[in-house]
Amino acid sequence: MGFNFYDFTALTHNIHVGLVEGFSPFMATTLEWVIVGTAYLLFVALFGLLLVYAERKVCAAFQQRLGPMRVGYWGLLQTIADFIKLLMKELIMPRKADRFLYNLAPFIVIIASFLAIAVIPFAPGLQSLDFDIGLFYLTSVSSVGVIGILLAGWSSNNKYSLIGAMRSGAQILSYELSVSLSLLTMIVFAGSMQFSTIVEGQRDGWYLFTGHIPSLVAFIVFLIAGTAETNRGPFDLAEAESELTAGFHTEYSGIKFAFFFLAEYINLFIISAVAATVFLGGWMPLHFGHLEAFNHAMDVIPPLVWFFLKVFGVIFIIMWFKWTFPRLRVDQILTLEWKYLLPINLINILLMAFIVLTKFHF
Amino acid sequence: MSEIKEIMFNSDRLATDEYLVNMGPQHPSTHGVLRMLVKLEGEKVLNIQPHIGYIHSGIEKMCEAISYPQIIHLTDRMDYLSAHMNNEAVALCVENALQVEVPERVKYIRTIMDELARLASHQLWWCVMGMDLGALTTFFYGLRDREMILDIFEETCGARLTVNYNLPGGVMFDIHPNFQKRVKDFITYFRKKLPEYDQLLTGNVIFRERTEGIGHLSLADAIAYGVTGPSGRASGFSNDLRKHQPYSAYPLVKFNEILDHRCDTLARYEVRMKEMHESLSIIEQLIDNIPEGDYAVKMKSVIKLPEGEFYQRVETARGEFGVYIVSDGKKNPYRVKFRSPGFSNLFALNNMAKGHKIADLVAIMSTLDLVIPDIDR
Repeated sequence: MGFNFYDFTALTHNIHVGLVEGFSPFMATTLEWVIVGTAYLLFVALFGLLLVYAERKVCAAFQQRLGPMRVGYWGLLQTIADFIKLLMKELIMPRKADRFLYNLAPFIVIIASFLAIAVIPFAPGLQSLDFDIGLFYLTSVSSVGVIGILLAGWSSNNKYSLIGAMRSGAQILSYELSVSLSLLTMIVFAGSMQFSTIVEGQRDGWYLFTGHIPSLVAFIVFLIAGTAETNRGPFDLAEAESELTAGFHTEYSGIKFAFFFLAEYINLFIISAVAATVFLGGWMPLHFGHLEAFNHAMDVIPPLVWFFLKVFGVIFIIMWFKWTFPRLRVDQILTLEWKYLLPINLINILLMAFIVLTKFHF
Repeated sequence: MSEIKEIMFNSDRLATDEYLVNMGPQHPSTHGVLRMLVKLEGEKVLNIQPHIGYIHSGIEKMCEAISYPQIIHLTDRMDYLSAHMNNEAVALCVENALQVEVPERVKYIRTIMDELARLASHQLWWCVMGMDLGALTTFFYGLRDREMILDIFEETCGARLTVNYNLPGGVMFDIHPNFQKRVKDFITYFRKKLPEYDQLLTGNVIFRERTEGIGHLSLADAIAYGVTGPSGRASGFSNDLRKHQPYSAYPLVKFNEILDHRCDTLARYEVRMKEMHESLSIIEQLIDNIPEGDYAVKMKSVIKLPEGEFYQRVETARGEFGVYIVSDGKKNPYRVKFRSPGFSNLFALNNMAKGHKIADLVAIMSTLDLVIPDIDR
């Protein structure tokens, strides 16, 4: 069972075969679930912590500060300390809250994020779900999260929470359209909804470059709409702390709050990962058509590194938005979507179809 | 609660779609302990009733029991961002009552310190304005520059915020030997940094969308509510006391009173931004010409004001600050009343924010530049 850092297909295949041969089919499936689930849980928890740390450092850099520096070397253990603190905090519930929905809401939010992460291809062979409606599945499950946010706002029995939840509902439902349409543009170009096909199609050049203008437009729209979907600044109306204290999670404390917090960062990762996969080639190294030597040099860098480089690039851009722009108002946010992004998207998709039909692409 | 509704909203009951929200006393954007009872319909603000008194400190009453120099120390606890101007108002009032002429040097020092305090206050306002609109980075840019002013204060007065620098008859100490150099350094530095403020916030599309045409306060309303300071001047209300009733060294300097007739949040924002440039130019005109001489005149150890009523007003960073002293000839006043700009400005809020969204309410409140202890005194 050789470990190949460039292709995980053999590794994952060997584990699968080993399990099937060693156990009964039922046990094998169960064990596989447990292994995959644990791996994702670990990844999400650790990556979430890393993202929180990254955000605090990026934010500090924008604000001429150092950020966390005290706990661990350069504050590396700060987020872990924060996480332990959150675990130990008392869970406080408003007396008149709807107990069942109040407790259910954080789980819906985080489950939606977990479901979405399953289709992200990290590297060749490192993807747990790869079916022909991958992108469709992703957009569907990621919109389940808004139910959790609405429930959280409603069940908290707090007016600020309710306003935040309603804002969030209106915003996510609207921007869902733009996210889907910009992805649809790329589906038209790629000719497939399957992630592995999409990544494979970018072997000779990323879709952002090969699809020229419509791709670029779709990428920009996707970044804007994706930022809005994750409720991040400048679209962080749902938790606008200068207006609504903390929006829909005002009444949550301890680990339940941590769930919302973590879900926000997983969503950030998912949006960035999808942007990286669909527009920037996912784990595919940077290739230019004819430059053989260059292409070989790029192949030396492992796919996993490529993937995370791109993801962090997109995450950095989204953080850049947040720490630079003021927040939009609720009516402006809807105006932006319905009056600008949506028509642009519709025209863009037609343009893309035209380009694909006339084969006017690289 | 139902009683409050009846009294505060003059309407018999809330309509089905309306609800009440308490903004404050613990709320991130009220900048202190202001409580507002806001009637909302969805996101739309229908009515705002400010409730004050959460940090009422009884300063006016306390003044009746203490001597005049001691009153000065209380005034910088009110509008702590305009501490120096508040101090100066009391000092000027006492000096005028006793007909004491202060040395030229004192006038220059006071004016420079006034303008430095105004700059520091406007910088903090800018930080907070950005933060209220969701641009958190502005906070650190503004505070970075404000720190330099506070360092200058610290060097000369020993305090950074509540400076207590004025005395009846002069200032407490002479300026520090480094003072002129540091102030000049600061002016050169801040001239370069001000365009950065504009790049970060003023020119931003989202910022302009959020502020243009929001929170209209007409000239008539501004005068009726007594909205003074930059907030009033943004409605075209010419009320700069530094021009209209010059005190200290203000008659000697050339500067423009910034007026704007657009009456909206953006106008109030831009008036303050331009005032920072004016303040820099005022300091620049004075800093090299501080005359030699005493930094205070010798006053009697127990100051007694003649019987009568005395009023002095100054222009603080927030507007017109007035001190009204009624004296019965003793060493402590019979009654002291402060006219604070924040109080009048706050109550124009309902007029400005009605019909806008919650987010606009926060932005409008931010351009009024409220300091709550200034209101609850």
